[in-house]
Amino acid sequence: MSEKFDVIVVGAGPSGNAAAYTMAKAGLNVLQLERGEYPGSKNVQGAILYSDALEKVIPDFRDDAPLERHIIEQRMWMLDETSYVGMNYRSEDFNEEKPNRYTIIRAQFDKWFSHRVREAGAIVLCETTVTDLIRNSQGKVIGVRTDRIDGNLMADVVVLGEGVNGLVGQTAGLRPELKPNQAALAVKEMHFLPQEVVESRFNLKGNEGVVIEAMGTVSAGVSGLGFIYTNKESLSIGIGSLVSDFARTGATPYGMLDAFKNHPSVRPLLAGSEVKEYSAHLIPEGGYRAIPEVYGDGWVIVGDAGQFVNSVHREGSNMAMTTGLLAGQVITRLHKRREEFSKANLAAYKQALDESYVMKDLKKYKDIPGFIHKNSQTLLGIYPRLMGQAAQNWFRVDGTDKRTKEKEILASFRKGRSLTGLIGDAFKFARAWR
Amino acid sequence: MTTVETLNVPVTTPPVKVEGKLYTNRYLVDAGHPHIKVKPHNKPSSALLSLIHTCPAGCYSLNDKGHVEIAVDGCLECGTCRVVCAPTGEIEWSYPRGGFGVLFKFG
Repeated sequence: MSEKFDVIVVGAGPSGNAAAYTMAKAGLNVLQLERGEYPGSKNVQGAILYSDALEKVIPDFRDDAPLERHIIEQRMWMLDETSYVGMNYRSEDFNEEKPNRYTIIRAQFDKWFSHRVREAGAIVLCETTVTDLIRNSQGKVIGVRTDRIDGNLMADVVVLGEGVNGLVGQTAGLRPELKPNQAALAVKEMHFLPQEVVESRFNLKGNEGVVIEAMGTVSAGVSGLGFIYTNKESLSIGIGSLVSDFARTGATPYGMLDAFKNHPSVRPLLAGSEVKEYSAHLIPEGGYRAIPEVYGDGWVIVGDAGQFVNSVHREGSNMAMTTGLLAGQVITRLHKRREEFSKANLAAYKQALDESYVMKDLKKYKDIPGFIHKNSQTLLGIYPRLMGQAAQNWFRVDGTDKRTKEKEILASFRKGRSLTGLIGDAFKFARAWR
Repeated sequence: MTTVETLNVPVTTPPVKVEGKLYTNRYLVDAGHPHIKVKPHNKPSSALLSLIHTCPAGCYSLNDKGHVEIAVDGCLECGTCRVVCAPTGEIEWSYPRGGFGVLFKFG
């Protein structure tokens, strides 16, 4: 392929697809490269789709996107070995004409998105792994090297939507390797059940769906963040923890997943299911402070490759699509004005990010990843256990008077985490949250 | 049986085998072209050793010479081993050639 493209997009996940779609739709000559057999074959997510971010790229996506269930109920669980303390929010208001969040199955969703990208006019080349960037004598990126024969492909600008592992950007020295305390490892299984079983177990009708987010200790000494999402006729169940915590504690990811599946509150939800896939994925959790340079001479970075994940709210795919959209818009504007894709001109991308919810939210929580890393055992281990003990003491009627029960609960917190520890945690958390 | 001790609650949990989980997946194995290699070593670092339990596909094992080995066929391409061993430089990690490796049906 000796033809030169206006732009090459590396990766066909949500960020690359949003960028490629935006630019192809505007008439740019777009080549998108994907290393998988088909778009989605290398991609893993829970997964929840945030409508707002996709609507801004493809307003009519609901017409034909493969959506599983719209979410009407959110359950938050704090787990110890035998119990959970939970908070549910369920609302009929979420049964709206244009629902806000959906569960999706990524391999199917990414295929659909890619189909739309091709319809918009982009060329999508699968089974092609990009190995490095090509620069001119001034250091400007002018193309990519691939593992195909005669695999050098040239373009005016390169969009790197290559995901959390982002080897191209690392190889090319655009950004550093992830640190074990800046990445979470999550593993997931797909459990299939008849549609009516999913609906009766989760109290659902039609396309309604439930999300369960769980934190705490799933079995002795094994703590993590778990999730259960309802799809049409399957459940996505997964759990994760910081890579540094796995490396340090000796817990296996699959052992943690099985412990979560066997938790007495989880096991009945899965009973009789057929498992059809096991997957694993890294989630960039470093937040604002870990974001690398996201633009330079002839290149921009979008999505997970740029660490655009809000770990507090478990949002990432929306930021991927928004960063892809913003990069696509900036590149389109420069292209139409026949301006250079210089670092100075591409700074408009960073400015657009700063003005969007992406950077505002990541900046708001800039101290949270550090706080969680330093306090993961307290947050995931001690507090859910103390909450569970307190709840059990409070609800168990055993002849003990209520004033004594109150004292016992207070004493258990002081014993579990000392008064200074409690006040210190609250103070540090408030400061990080602010 | 493995013993895990945290928060002063020692309990035993049965070891979980990962092979049964990988069996449900679809792979296109690039025979003769492993995309991850463990560099020759005399004594593995604690980072390299930790991969034996941290790798979600159980690709890493210890051989009878005390060296860490990898069999990449079940690799889920998550990148954990690369991140853990980046500081020690004991493994070489690249993507499989285009089209090869794990092919997620659901993701």
